[in-house]
Amino acid sequence: MENSEKTELVLLACGSFNPITNMHLRLFELAKDYMNGTGKYKVIKGIISPVGDAYKKKGLISAHHRVFMAQLSTKNSEWVEVDTWESLQKEWVETAQVLRHHQEKLEASSCGNEQGSPVLERPGRKRKWAEQRQDFSQKKSLEPKTKGVPKVKLLCGADLLESFGVPNLWKSEDITQIVRDYGLICITRAGNDAQKFIYESDVLWKYQNNIHLVNEWITNDISSTKIRQALRRGQSIRYLVPDLVQEYIEKHDLYTSESEERNVGVILAPLQRNMAEANS
Amino acid sequence: MKSRIPVVLLACGSFNPITNMHLRLFEVARDHLHQTGMYQVIAGIISPVNDKYGKKDLVAARHRVAMARLALQTSDWIRVDPWESEQVQWLETVKVLRRQGAVFLGRTGRTPTPLLSVLAPRPGPSTWHHHRELLRSLPQKEGLDRGKAHPAAPTAVPELKLLCGADVLKTFQTPNLWKDAHIQEIVEKFGLVCVGRAGHDAERYILGLPILQKYQHNIHLAREPVQNEISATYIRRALSQGQSVKYLLPDAVIAYIKDHNLYTKDSSWKDNNT
Repeated sequence: MENSEKTELVLLACGSFNPITNMHLRLFELAKDYMNGTGKYKVIKGIISPVGDAYKKKGLISAHHRVFMAQLSTKNSEWVEVDTWESLQKEWVETAQVLRHHQEKLEASSCGNEQGSPVLERPGRKRKWAEQRQDFSQKKSLEPKTKGVPKVKLLCGADLLESFGVPNLWKSEDITQIVRDYGLICITRAGNDAQKFIYESDVLWKYQNNIHLVNEWITNDISSTKIRQALRRGQSIRYLVPDLVQEYIEKHDLYTSESEERNVGVILAPLQRNMAEANS
Repeated sequence: MKSRIPVVLLACGSFNPITNMHLRLFEVARDHLHQTGMYQVIAGIISPVNDKYGKKDLVAARHRVAMARLALQTSDWIRVDPWESEQVQWLETVKVLRRQGAVFLGRTGRTPTPLLSVLAPRPGPSTWHHHRELLRSLPQKEGLDRGKAHPAAPTAVPELKLLCGADVLKTFQTPNLWKDAHIQEIVEKFGLVCVGRAGHDAERYILGLPILQKYQHNIHLAREPVQNEISATYIRRALSQGQSVKYLLPDAVIAYIKDHNLYTKDSSWKDNNT
């Protein structure tokens, strides 16, 4: 079989998804085409993991809305799904830990032990679907030529990569762990400074083989910030987010000037935690 | 309350295939015109170009019309008009505007359209069907704007405006592409709504051409707040390379493209030879 020597990949995207946009969904499509195109990998699944409310970002609306919108927008995807584990944690969880959680979950399920990791998901349609998928990959793992347990990689835009340089936002050991133990797939605009950024960082440079830069040839600037701004101004967001998401936002009037005031003056959870640790 | 001028937006182009960016043009233009406080957009029309236009890689009009229809299934104010694509030859944009103006808005005397005879169902040539289809949306005009609708003067004659990307303004300066008389008619009798990125040179193009400058009150520049360059060319290339185009155009259109095997390497090869 052609797929036999390929490493199976699960792409994990962490973020606010406040709200999810077509741009977020495109990241998955671009990454999958790119990684499959290398001939070395086979992307088997994408996971959207919305951040928990404890992240305390300005304008961040309740996780259950953000999770639900992400679920609505992946309804018609055959390979991307939403995972609620991160969003259900009381405290904010470091991205490195979310990666670890998902890698351990994959390892547990490939041992045939579905209960191996703490599954906090509410039972639902997606869940059942994910189990079917796991059965499928288990069957595949019995074939002689597969390369073991699928690997989780962090999927991100160039902004996340560059946020590695923001003081106190990331613990340096977490950055090391992410690029050394898991790997990054970073979608960048043609002509973006991602390469320069990697070159200028010792740790990113050291593990650059584990950082995949994927060029996006068309400018796609659909940020959640702009979506919220358009909504506050009464402008249309149609065709920038999936129709179901647009309807859900309008029905529940999710983004208003009041919602934008949430967490104003509150320090972002990672900054709080990392500054406290630095001072202790 | 001051009543607003009803507006119909017409977009001409290849729509080969229709993408989310084409659909965004309508949304952004409508928001912009409503923002002025002067206009109430009551309908949008997509008019795919005739096959005789002869552009490279242009798939058959029946496919382009079908894809646009699928994309607009969920829109309550934009629809497709196949009339241009059904003509025996390619038509200049201004002729499509004249036709739409005559049929839909009754603004010229050339094709008088008695309203009742048009609304009464009758078997007949496709032009009659066409008239009925165009008029069908008229009674729906209220509530189109998700509850934000403003009353349009009941007796006001709608204005038909050509909707385009700001790049079209630039093409007005390309020698021999447009007839001067046509440019004049478009901006004098109808009007333009151009959607461009912030910082686009739209103003410069207008100032660069005296005729556009003269009628600039009839040229509306709408800013797309979100940069988004989903060109149909990019879509076709991605499709021929077997790459995903999901979330760049509606799922129903992608399914149609797959079902009919459009924009594959083979299909563009075939088109090039004919």
